[in-house]
Amino acid sequence: MKSKDNSKLMMTLMKGRTFIVLVVLLIFFSIANNKFLQVTTLTMLAKHVALYGILAIGMTFVIITGGIDLSVGSVVGLAGMIAGGMIQEGVTLQFAGVTLYFSVPMIVIFSIILGGLVGLVNGFIITKLGVAPFITTLGTMYICRGFANLRSGGATFSSIAGEEGLGNTGFKSIGGSIGIIPVGAVIFLILAVIGAVLLKKTAFGWHVLAVGGNERSARLSGIKADKVKIIVYIISGVMAAIVGLINTAQLAAAHPASGDSWEMNAIAAAVLGGTSMAGGSGTIVGTIVGAFVIGVINDGMTMCGVSEFWQKVIRGFVIIAAVVIDQMQRNMEAKMALQSRNENK
Amino acid sequence: MFDDPNVVLHCEKIDKIYPGTKALDGVSFDVLKGKVNVLIGENGAGKSTLMKMIAGIEHPSAGTMYMDGKEIVLKDTNAAREHGIGIIHQELSLFPNLNIYQNIYMGHEQKKGFFLNDSAHSEGAKKVLQRLEHEMDPNTMVGDLRVGQQQMIEIGRNLLQNNLRILIMDEPTSSLSTAEVQVLFKIMRELTAAGISIVYISHRLEEIMEIGDHVTILRDGKYVADADVKDIQLSWIVKNMVGTDKSYRRIPRTIDLKKQPEILRVEHLSLPKRGGGFLVNDVSFDLKKGEILGIYGLLGAGRSEVFECLMGMHPESTGKIFLEGKEIKAGSIAEQIERGFAIVPEDRQAMGLVQSLDIEHNLSLSAIKDYRRGGFFVDEKKQAEKVEEEIKDIHIKVADKSLPILSLSGGNQQKVVIGKCILTGPKILLLDEPSRGIDIGAKTEVFDIIHKYAEEGLSIIVVSSELKEIMAIADRIMVLSNGLKTGELLGEEITEDNLVLASYAGHHTDNGKKESQK
Repeated sequence: MKSKDNSKLMMTLMKGRTFIVLVVLLIFFSIANNKFLQVTTLTMLAKHVALYGILAIGMTFVIITGGIDLSVGSVVGLAGMIAGGMIQEGVTLQFAGVTLYFSVPMIVIFSIILGGLVGLVNGFIITKLGVAPFITTLGTMYICRGFANLRSGGATFSSIAGEEGLGNTGFKSIGGSIGIIPVGAVIFLILAVIGAVLLKKTAFGWHVLAVGGNERSARLSGIKADKVKIIVYIISGVMAAIVGLINTAQLAAAHPASGDSWEMNAIAAAVLGGTSMAGGSGTIVGTIVGAFVIGVINDGMTMCGVSEFWQKVIRGFVIIAAVVIDQMQRNMEAKMALQSRNENK
Repeated sequence: MFDDPNVVLHCEKIDKIYPGTKALDGVSFDVLKGKVNVLIGENGAGKSTLMKMIAGIEHPSAGTMYMDGKEIVLKDTNAAREHGIGIIHQELSLFPNLNIYQNIYMGHEQKKGFFLNDSAHSEGAKKVLQRLEHEMDPNTMVGDLRVGQQQMIEIGRNLLQNNLRILIMDEPTSSLSTAEVQVLFKIMRELTAAGISIVYISHRLEEIMEIGDHVTILRDGKYVADADVKDIQLSWIVKNMVGTDKSYRRIPRTIDLKKQPEILRVEHLSLPKRGGGFLVNDVSFDLKKGEILGIYGLLGAGRSEVFECLMGMHPESTGKIFLEGKEIKAGSIAEQIERGFAIVPEDRQAMGLVQSLDIEHNLSLSAIKDYRRGGFFVDEKKQAEKVEEEIKDIHIKVADKSLPILSLSGGNQQKVVIGKCILTGPKILLLDEPSRGIDIGAKTEVFDIIHKYAEEGLSIIVVSSELKEIMAIADRIMVLSNGLKTGELLGEEITEDNLVLASYAGHHTDNGKKESQK
């Protein structure tokens, strides 16, 4: 009986391990550097985590269906460049000889639709043309990065404040703060709640889990698996576009290389949060904790003066360790299920 | 067009053509209202294919379906559902990563506005489980359940349907215990009493006599016979299932097997099943040099598992294996191949061939380490010679050995798999359903090859679920049923009746005892 209680405690610890790691990291870095727990540091942390976290929410949906979306980092850059360009240069219609300037809400909507379209293209190629998700999104990753550079010939759009006369001011406020809380973090929180509810409380969420768990059974149950997959890539694309907007507003400039390799942070956050790369399981709450772990490791190590090269090495170890522990947990769960089944007999 | 008040659904001359084979050939079939309509036939007779048409999973190549006299076209499972047709699949189609109520309600969720109504799901699932006499916490993950319990969930999913009119059950009892089967039968009687029609597919003949109302027999994709269960006996079913038209010539053996030395002896072989019971239950047999031993049994009788144990794929199995008088421990596949075992697996495409390689490299795959020069490089000349030899030896019809493997017909692909094993120079060759998916001409050729190598002194064990074939090819037949050895037939004893009766003797043995006491 005693050993059973022990293993139950062990399971609880295992399940909350990412959260425990997060707390340990916070304590560690606050001891290592007494500036870590200051308001300025934490708001900076919140800004960073919001960016990875929003990407990771979309990525979690994609990975649960058994897919992957490598294009999100490039969509961050593309959406930023499109928005920045629309503010700084407007849209010139050559045949009419006029340049149109749009209001900020219009620009935001346009960028988000663009992100959704990239997702739609990804989903269409994957489901209807049967190309593997890895290859499809690797392709769109390059395409989007290319277009982001083409928009300005590789240059940065640095005047995104807008002009009163053109009626396109206010974009920077997306990167601002409400009190001490960054707007990006508020958006992250809202999207996280929507994502969690969508996955847990709606039929769509069930269908995402079903498609990832057993696609054949899902189809036999009358679920339109292709439609579900296309929608998750659209979600992922939209999230990436939102991150592109926030990032551009925070930096007060749109740079075509923005978001480079951020897809890896998003994948890492999802995996750290317990999303299985094989599909079928994962939670938004887990992903958010995962995003915080990534953020704390990055910012904490930077503040402690760890070189960026060592940071990469450590991040790699953390990700592999997380998956190894995840496997251990699964094996343990299977063993315990078998045990309790035998005892019930 | 078609109108009979006792018939809910009528299939008229259904054809189904898959590339290379005709799975159904002009089959007409009636589903009688409020009855248990039994569909039987050997493996590959077309039962499951016909049911998939009715459930909207597959579409007929030709033919029409009528429901209540009106023509219907079922474009997918949702369309079938709208017509009140539900199906319980042969292979479980559940989501192990989700809990019981999610599985039960998947695809027809209860909603409160935009959100899911989980309390309704939970309540509904509880009621269904109660009706199935399997009260479980609906929050339990389905992956943690026993197979029998999972089967109950699968059945439960269909009981939710309010407009249910036809319920198709494709071998629902294959993983149930005796008690669970009785619960299922009780529910089936409730359903038919409520006017719901059941289409029941089963290999267990005694079950059919117990629960069935009307029997339809298919053979090789064609309709053979139908009758009310009260008018027939088991022997009628067996006779019609097996048929009399198809038979293979038996080639006489020149070796006197009585004088041959024993090469393999297996004693008390057992393989435990996950979640209790045995896949192979205390099976003992022997094999002589140059002998062809047949293993006959229904799907899930434990035939392939015996092979897997011999090949060292189940180190957890118990019992003793003696090779040429010496006891061996079957620990790994590589070890067993080294000792002279070779296997031609049941699933040729998935386990027998490497589709991306050409014919030559598929043939030499297992023996390639014997063609090395300097311990590292492949001696391509030697490889080519050996492959050429083998191609001639087993009559593979091929223009060029560097053609892709998939350019060959199914029969020739199978010969390549057999050839691959022969090239390793085995002592014992295990053939798992060697004639599956190949045409009748190629079957005879495969049998000739088996016979040829046996005459040359190779010991062979053949697993087959086709009676006529195993009777034509084997010198001696061991029958497995539900993991138990239920018969060993030699010479005159090898008859269709004996084989079929033995092949279901292992099921519900406690039931059988009760019957005989009466």
